[in-house]
Amino acid sequence: MDRCAAAPPPVPACESGRAARASAVSRREFASCAAAAAAGWLMTACGAKPLHEIPKDRLRAQLQELEREYSRKYGTAVTVSDTPAAPNVMFAYALDISRCIGCRRCVYACVEENNQSRDPQVHWISVLQMDKDKGVDFSHADPYYQAAEVPEDGHFYVPVACQQCRNAPCTKVCPTGATWTDPDGIVVIDYDWCIGCRYCMAACPYGARHFNWGEPTIPSGKLNPKTHVLGNRPRPKGVVEKCTFCIQRTRNGRYPACVEVCPVGARKFGNLLDPESEIRYIIEHKRVLVLKEDLNTVPKFFYFYAT
Amino acid sequence: MRGWRTASLAATMSVACLAAGDRPAAQGQPPRPTERLEVPPPPFTDGIFPCSACHSGMKVNRTRRPLTDMHAEIVLTHDAEHRWCLDCHDAENRDMLHLASGERLSFDESYRLCGQCHGEKYRDWRAGVHGRRTGNWNGHKAYLLCANCHNPHQPRFKPIEPMPAPTRPSGPRK
Repeated sequence: MDRCAAAPPPVPACESGRAARASAVSRREFASCAAAAAAGWLMTACGAKPLHEIPKDRLRAQLQELEREYSRKYGTAVTVSDTPAAPNVMFAYALDISRCIGCRRCVYACVEENNQSRDPQVHWISVLQMDKDKGVDFSHADPYYQAAEVPEDGHFYVPVACQQCRNAPCTKVCPTGATWTDPDGIVVIDYDWCIGCRYCMAACPYGARHFNWGEPTIPSGKLNPKTHVLGNRPRPKGVVEKCTFCIQRTRNGRYPACVEVCPVGARKFGNLLDPESEIRYIIEHKRVLVLKEDLNTVPKFFYFYAT
Repeated sequence: MRGWRTASLAATMSVACLAAGDRPAAQGQPPRPTERLEVPPPPFTDGIFPCSACHSGMKVNRTRRPLTDMHAEIVLTHDAEHRWCLDCHDAENRDMLHLASGERLSFDESYRLCGQCHGEKYRDWRAGVHGRRTGNWNGHKAYLLCANCHNPHQPRFKPIEPMPAPTRPSGPRK
């Protein structure tokens, strides 16, 4: 205490001045603050815009800037596309609970495809081990199961990622409009507009959104250089991310990475609007359920029993 | 990396499809039953095919018996009580299989043989719902033969080692 009193830390002049006048706001100060706020509002309205409002040529320039930045940082030629949603497409996913063996191949294929941070660890897919006796019951689900071999007796497995809800609670709570549902049904996040408030994480009943608590790390040479601006491009610290149905693949016609890696073929993907698609076949022929149906989130991620 | 080759091939195809029209003709449609499917080569043990290389000079013995001289490593746990080699493998043409009707078919059409008993699985497989698919959701899809995943002699999947569990979050939540 004595030492503090003897040598007080230097206070910047402006702070001390502000502190002295904290009790009253003069007319001049109010006017200049209001003018600055108005100017700021104008500049924001005319300046930075949400992704879907940016003119095409400016967006292309921004993406090229990102490409240069990522290429420099990761030492490889990175592409950042902005492939838009195709007309007459509504993506949906189906997962066969009777087949999944809980091997977690999908989890790690997703990490590699979508450039999730390795440390701190971010997984978009969480494989829940459940008791056959209890059925689909989240209060008894264990994502941390360790086993020499799977499937374990008496258990079944429910991998959970973003359910791509039609009535998505996460997009409603975002204060900056950084997350929305694109026309093909993918709920996307603009990492440049995410302020990291994590309201969406609180709103999501599936625990599908993940926060970058630390600077994401991807080992050199492990970056997937084919990225989408709303998907797997490298994320900064302090933003929320989640499954995008592999937007960088599916918007180019391909299957998501988890579909292609699943060793038991439990994962299915397709266009809900195409009567000939695998998804429609499943919905029309199999026993189908969605998670937490009672919350009226209307997921486009279906679980089914093929047997 | 095989995956990347497949990936680039698929990407090229999707571009080709998009160039040809906004919706490719083959979009998601299950192939007609008569249509022959493009499948990967059957997973033969190295050096075992063609079977006729050894069998052509041998006399056909149709008696059901435990195999001792050759193929002793094959353990049949696929309805072993009712099945035996020549129920599926053709005795006259050793490089072929045969259906219950007697119709011969090659190993790369073996799905029709499996489909004789597993009709429901066969239907699902054709629709893309049973088994793994790779390629394009709106275009060319790569099928796998039943035998690419299931050992026809022991079709049930064996348990496998899972990938590592996620790390538990640090901090006050335990």
